[in-house]
Formats: sequence, structure tokens, C-alpha cells
Amino acid sequence: MIGNDHAEVEETLKRIQSHKGVIGTMVVNAEGIPIRTTLDNSTTVQYAGLLHQLTMKAKSTVRDIDPQNDLTFLRIRSKKHEIMVAPDKEYLLIVIQNPCE
Amino acid sequence: MPHKQPPPRKQSINMGRGTRKRDEDSGTEVGEGTDEWAQSKATVKPPDQLDLTDAELKEEFTRILTANNPHAPQNIVRYSFKEGTYKLIGFVDQLAVHFTQVGNLIPKDSDEGRRQHYRDELAAGSQESAKLVISETEILEEEEEPKEVEAGSQTDVPIVEASQKVAEEELMTPKQPKERKLTNKFNFSERASQTFNNPLRDRECQMEPPPRTNFSATANQWEIYDAYMEELEKQEKTKEKEKTKTPVAKKMGKMAMRKMTSLESQSDDITKVTQAAKIVERMVNQNTYDDVAQDFKYYEDAADEYRDQEGTLLPLWKFQNDKAKRLAVTALFWNPKYNDLFAVGHGSYDFMKQSRGMLLLYSMKNPSFPEYIFSSESGIMCLDMHVDHPYLVVVGHYDGNVAIYNLKKPQSQPSFRSSAKSGKHTDPVWQVRWQKDDMDHNLNFFSVSSDGRIVSWTLVKSELVHTDVIKLKVEGSTTEDLEGLQIHTVGCGTAFDFHREIDYLFLVGTEEGKIYKCSKSYSSQFLDTYDAHNMAVDAVSWNPYHTKVFMSCSSDWTVKIWDHTIKTPMFIYDLNSAVGDVAWAPYSSTVFAAVTTNGKTHVFDLSINKYEAICNQPVVARKKNKLTHVQFNPIHPIIIVGDDRGHVTCLKLSPNLRKMPKEKKGQEVQKGPAVEIAKLDKLLNLVREVKTKT
Repeated sequence: MIGNDHAEVEETLKRIQSHKGVIGTMVVNAEGIPIRTTLDNSTTVQYAGLLHQLTMKAKSTVRDIDPQNDLTFLRIRSKKHEIMVAPDKEYLLIVIQNPCE
Repeated sequence: MPHKQPPPRKQSINMGRGTRKRDEDSGTEVGEGTDEWAQSKATVKPPDQLDLTDAELKEEFTRILTANNPHAPQNIVRYSFKEGTYKLIGFVDQLAVHFTQVGNLIPKDSDEGRRQHYRDELAAGSQESAKLVISETEILEEEEEPKEVEAGSQTDVPIVEASQKVAEEELMTPKQPKERKLTNKFNFSERASQTFNNPLRDRECQMEPPPRTNFSATANQWEIYDAYMEELEKQEKTKEKEKTKTPVAKKMGKMAMRKMTSLESQSDDITKVTQAAKIVERMVNQNTYDDVAQDFKYYEDAADEYRDQEGTLLPLWKFQNDKAKRLAVTALFWNPKYNDLFAVGHGSYDFMKQSRGMLLLYSMKNPSFPEYIFSSESGIMCLDMHVDHPYLVVVGHYDGNVAIYNLKKPQSQPSFRSSAKSGKHTDPVWQVRWQKDDMDHNLNFFSVSSDGRIVSWTLVKSELVHTDVIKLKVEGSTTEDLEGLQIHTVGCGTAFDFHREIDYLFLVGTEEGKIYKCSKSYSSQFLDTYDAHNMAVDAVSWNPYHTKVFMSCSSDWTVKIWDHTIKTPMFIYDLNSAVGDVAWAPYSSTVFAAVTTNGKTHVFDLSINKYEAICNQPVVARKKNKLTHVQFNPIHPIIIVGDDRGHVTCLKLSPNLRKMPKEKKGQEVQKGPAVEIAKLDKLLNLVREVKTKT
């Protein structure tokens, strides 16, 4: 069953990566260290560090206002692409997509 | 300066005069001196000197000299233990001591005085005795000398000897006073010695400092809240542990649980991202299909106003999966709890090409991949989701088996399955329906199949137990066998539907084209029979509002609407192609949709147009795609349509298709089932009238 979970997650991540417009995906742990990535090292490290801080801040903001609330995800839309961050208990999943409008 | 009074002592008179003289001399000198620089010595007034008027200057102040000590306090208070209060001491000692010196005068009469005196006398006594001796010898000498002179020189020698003695004594006595030196009591010299001071030296010892790390944390409101929640959970856990001490089975369960958790923690970290990955996938999809999502939520076809009661279906998402590509959509069902989740059953209608089946559950939030995937050996022909337990899905297979899938458990196999032993159908199961739990709170569902049996299945302690409810007999077709037994030709059930309110009442459609009205309690006879169609009945469906109306569709190209009290249909619609499925709309009693094998979807609204569809739209790209099923979403204005290629298309109903009764000015719009029923009643009455007339 656990093996199944593992395979499922792997597949999900693969699907996300192969989805239309997705530039890169990465998994970052609680300390901001990237565990898995599809982009090059320097970009990954940069994204991981910066987004980790931003997510922590966003989460802190949401919870400060109402401690029973929690951050589900964070979306940053810029001119060139969209960065989506889904925080988890221990991990952070970051996906960069070009929404091709 | 006032002149000093001459001191009364005699001695100092001269001195006093002398001093006076000297003073005068000095005074005159000074006086002369002062005259010289007196002028320069003008009275310099200090700046902070008190300015007084002449009157004030002349004022006389009396000053009294007292013998009191100005420093002595006047109000000494002492605590009296006897009386227990503070008492003022009346007499205060006014003695002021200005100078003290410890003196060393001893009174003569004291012991020490007498001792000293005695010592002095001794010392003085020896001197006197020495003096007496001298004086005596001198007297002797004086006396002897005249004798000697007279006597002659005989006494010279003794006199000389005496004088020598005296001289010696004289010599001796001055030595004694010299030796007996008085120690001076005042004049003493101190003798001190100092030891050698060792030089001081600092010695230090230092331990290795303990390792330090910096620790920092924030104390936000949510962190405090989290801490409290943890505490609460811990308390609850301890309470639970206390409660579940006795049953052993639960302990075993716990052990298993613990094993599970430990295994999970050991496993690869990536599994913990499951939830996040799901969310991100949905987000990514939302981005890609952003316009579709927007349309779904907000788009209302404005052109409907000009379209004169006709409506359109806006295609939204298309759901398909590679694994189910060759399989036809055989069943569609919206989840009663989660309005974005729907189940698609895949199988094959083709008798010759029978292969596996699949059950996929999609969410509208993620059109690219199903949420749940189940595969089975035999094609799935029908499915139903329990209202109270939306995670239980019952499916009927082509091989006659029924199975229950539990979505909560991540297994890919059904939780419960019927088998040949447990009374599966011998022909494909065409329809399954959950029923209310029986009296023992066991799950219960019905199935209908081509083998002519309607079976009630009950889930008793994880076993499926079946009960034949009705055997569909074709009336009037009893033939006599050789042995005289009456053999009934069994009809093949292809569809059924249970009445929403009347629990025991249900309809069964058969392959012969007949519809039987049955009751759960009567197993041998039908309540009523309708000669519905010329070909197999594909679907029957009770109206969600009106208790008397139901609808049926068939491969003979027709859709018929009935009142179950009347044997002939109320409305008949010919759709030019075999009708795969019909479904009533959940929001109106007069709206329904039908899908045909030529790829078109028809939507009817009886209150607007009794004879024609208000929407007639090809939904799939290729004409060869046959539409097999249609379902309305209970909440959103969308329908899903399945075809025989395994695609499911989601379409939005334009406003014209979901018209609510118009508000008459001044009248409140009544909403609710009563209105719907009334609406339909009106229509039916019209039809009935026409019929009775004709």
C-alpha cells in the first residue's frame, strides 16, 4: 500500500511536469533545501530559498489573523509566468507554469 | 583689638607690660601702616551680603549664654517595657565633652602609687646612705685629723686608709645612681618588625565553555494556538487509552496501526507530498483550462434572449483516459456529497467484444486525470452511489456479478463481490440501486438483469447475501412442458427505477418493451403493466417532483412520458435515432434531457414547448460517436454526457434551458416542489382533456 502511494505520487508529479505550459516543478523540504527538481541547480536553489521564506511569511500571516485557518496554496502571477506553491506539513511543492493566455 | 587684661600672676606682670609695650609698638606700627592703605582698603561689600536698613542695623539682639549643650537633643524618648509605651526622658544629659585624654597620674594612696613610692624610696635611700657614709667619713676625717695632728703620724695611715675608703666609697656611690636609671614612662620607642611579604600571584583556571547554539523562535498567536491544540490532543488520547483498555481486538488493531505508522515514516519522504501534489495538479489544470473554469462559473449565454426560447449547451471540459479509451461509457453518476465528483463506468455494449471494465471517478477540478481508478475483469454496466455513504459505489458487471467499491480504502479491488455461489446473475446486470438500510442497519441494494431476476442484496457482516425479489415473467406466455409444469418465459429486465417517496414501488423496463410496475412486497405479481415500446426499454425514470409521472426511452427512437395511473403515455417524442438515456432535470419538473446514438443531445422543457425539444445539439465531434448516457448535476447547471468511445463531455446549460416560471408583477414567485408539481399537473390535465375528448 505504501509502495502504491509512492508510485502514485511519482506519477502525479510526472503528470504535472508534462502538463501543458509547465516549466518546472520542485519539492523543497521544511528547511528550504530542494529535494527534487526538474530545473537546473542554481535556479532551483534560488527559487527554493526565496519561496520558502515567502510561504512561511504568508502562512504566518494567515494564521495570525485566525489560528484555526491555514494556508492552502500560494499563487504568484507575474508577467512571464505563474509560480504556484502548495505547502504541506513538511514539504513545499513549487510549480512554475506559463498559463499561455 | 581690645587690649588684653594683665594676667594676675606676679611673674607675668613684667611680661604683660612687656607685651603691652610690644603690642603698642606693634599697634602703632600697624596703625601707621593701616593709615597708609586704609583709604585703598575701602569696604568691599560681598555681593551676597544682607542689605539692612539703619534701623535694622541698630536693632539690638539679646544673646543669652546658657550652659546647655546646643547639640544635645531635647526630646529623647525611650521605650519602657514595664509600661509598654514610649516615654519621654525628662532630663537630658547636657554634658558636652570637648577633649579627653587618658592620663597616667596615679593617686598616692592606691596600691600602685605606694609601690612606686617604695621603689623611689629605695633608690633615694641608697643615695642617702651613700651620702651619710660620706658625711660620716668626712666627720671622722675631721675628727681624726686634729687627733692625728696631735697624735702624730701614727694615725696618718689609718686616716689615709679611711680617706681612701671614703674616696673609694665616693667613687662607688656616684656609680650606683648612674646605674639605676629611671625608665621613662612617656618616652618609649616602638619596635616593630615585618615579615617578608610574599609576592601575590594570580592563578586562573577556566573550563571549556559549554557548547552554545543560538535559539530563536517567534511566539505568534497561531503558535500558541498550536501548542494548546497539541495539549488537547494528548489529553484526548490518554482518555481514549483509558477507555479502550479491555477489548483485545482493538489492541491488535492498534498494534497494526503502530506498525503502519512506523513503516510509513521509514518510507520515502516523497509520499508526504501527496496532498500538495494533488492541489498543485488541480492548480495547473485550472490554469490551463482557465477559460473553461470561468465559463463554467460565470458564463451565461446572452444570445439566449434573442433565441426565442431555444437554448444551447456550452461544451466545457472533456474527460478521457487512455486506459478507458476503447471502452464505452456505460454509466454516469454524480456523487451526492461532492458536487464536483462523478463516477464513470466503462464497459462494452457489444456482445461479441467483451473485455475488461473500468470505474473512474473524476473531479471537475482536475479534468486531465481521474481521482480514482478501479479496473475489473468484466465490463461495468451500471453503478450507483449511496446517499448516506458517498464513498460506497455499487457496480453491476456484464458477467452478472455485483461488487461494492469503498472509495475510502485505497484498494483497487472491490470490497465486496458476489460470485456464482452467492447468487450472481446469469446475464449482465443492467441496473443497480442502493436502498435504505434494512432493520439491522445493513446496507442493501437491488439489481436487475437480463436473466429476469430482480435481486435484493444485503451486506451482512461483509458477505453479500441475495434475495430474489421478483422474477419477471412474460405474461401470457406460459407453455406446458411435457411433465405438465408450467414454464414461464422469463422477461429480461433492462432498467428499473424506484419511486422517490413510495418506497416499495418501482418500475422495471424489459427487453420486450414492456414496463412493469412492481412492489417489493409482491413477488409474484406485477401491480401494473405498460406496453411501452417496440424495442428494449433503455431507461425508466420517475419525475423528481411529480409522484405520478415517469419517463421511458427506448431504442425504438422514442421517449415517452407517462402517468402511472394511465396506461397510455402522455407525451411521445420521436428523436430520429435510438435513444440511449433520458434524465429529468433536478431543478424543474418539466425539463429533461435525452441523448441519442447520432451524437445529439436533446433538451425538452414541457412548460415552454410540449412538442419539440428546445435544444437539439450535436455534442460529440464525430457523428459516429454514440452517446450512451446523460446525467444532470444536482447543483450546477451542467450535464455530463458519455459516449461509446469512453469520452465524457461536460456541458453547460444555457439560461433558456433552465427557465424558472416567470414572475407575474405583484405576485411572489413560489419556489419549491409544490410549484413544480402544479406546473406539470397543469400540462397533464391539458393532455388528458385532449385525450378524453379524442
